[in-house]
Amino acid sequence: MKIIVNAKPREVTNETLEDALMELEFTSPAIATALNGSFVPREEYSETSLSEGDRLEVLAPMQGG
Amino acid sequence: MQLYGTDISSRLLLGTAQYPSPAVLRKAIETSRAEIITVSLRRETADGSGAGFWELLKDSGCKVLPNTAGCHSVQEAVVTAQMARELFGTDWIKLEVIGNSDTLQPDVFGLVEAARVLCADGFKVFPYTTDDLVVGEKLLEAGCELLMPWGAPIGSGQGLRNPDALRAMRAHFPDVPLIVDAGIGRPSDATHAMELGMDAVLLNTAVAKAGDPALMAKAMAQAIEAGCNGYIADPMDPRDMAVPSTPTLGMAELI
Repeated sequence: MKIIVNAKPREVTNETLEDALMELEFTSPAIATALNGSFVPREEYSETSLSEGDRLEVLAPMQGG
Repeated sequence: MQLYGTDISSRLLLGTAQYPSPAVLRKAIETSRAEIITVSLRRETADGSGAGFWELLKDSGCKVLPNTAGCHSVQEAVVTAQMARELFGTDWIKLEVIGNSDTLQPDVFGLVEAARVLCADGFKVFPYTTDDLVVGEKLLEAGCELLMPWGAPIGSGQGLRNPDALRAMRAHFPDVPLIVDAGIGRPSDATHAMELGMDAVLLNTAVAKAGDPALMAKAMAQAIEAGCNGYIADPMDPRDMAVPSTPTLGMAELI
């Protein structure tokens, strides 16, 4: 299915967020995610299902003021 | 100084953005002796570039204060705060809800609303606000235990645009920690803020964009300490006319 990952269209075959993150090579433990504008806690990755057209944001620590 | 029940001895909070290199950032954190450093969240790239910065933060030994910089709505700020809490393992959040892209001034209406949501959810909110007393009161009612009024627009380095308003905040909120956030350009600006009775100063660009960031970080820390001691020491009032400092009694008659 096609989903939008960090504003870019991506094709994923896995249906859970946990597996899709692996497939998309987001392997760092230092990430946090939001799906369609809502925060998804890490412990919910395995039970969160993705659907066609979902918007996934994957954020990491960054310098800030 | 206590912030949300945590004892903090350094009154300089340092931002981590815009340094020429990670090594310079690391050195500036050291020389500033800051105990709290601000951080942010941005989109991860598949190469895991955020992980390296995360290691640098852990090595610094500082407490991290994640921000919601760039958020223009309550929803964005709240979701960013939730992500930051998980990512950085802290319930501290520097809450920014920006109302105007040119001035980066806070949307104080959205700020109060987001603060209410986040405080109710257990966050310890550090609100980036204006020097408006009524907004300050609303933020405290929302559950904030400290206020971070601006000195001048973010990144402008103009110093304190409205010292009278900060002095009024100090008088109006005698027991609330006040941290000047944004607008500091030079060490004398930081001293000025502390001499007005502010509890701390948060700055980033003034150090990161200095010719020698590590030395400027040290200078800022010294300036903040000087201003703090100066305020506590209770300065004399200015006088219109000269008053001799050397005793006039016992002067010789030489003519």
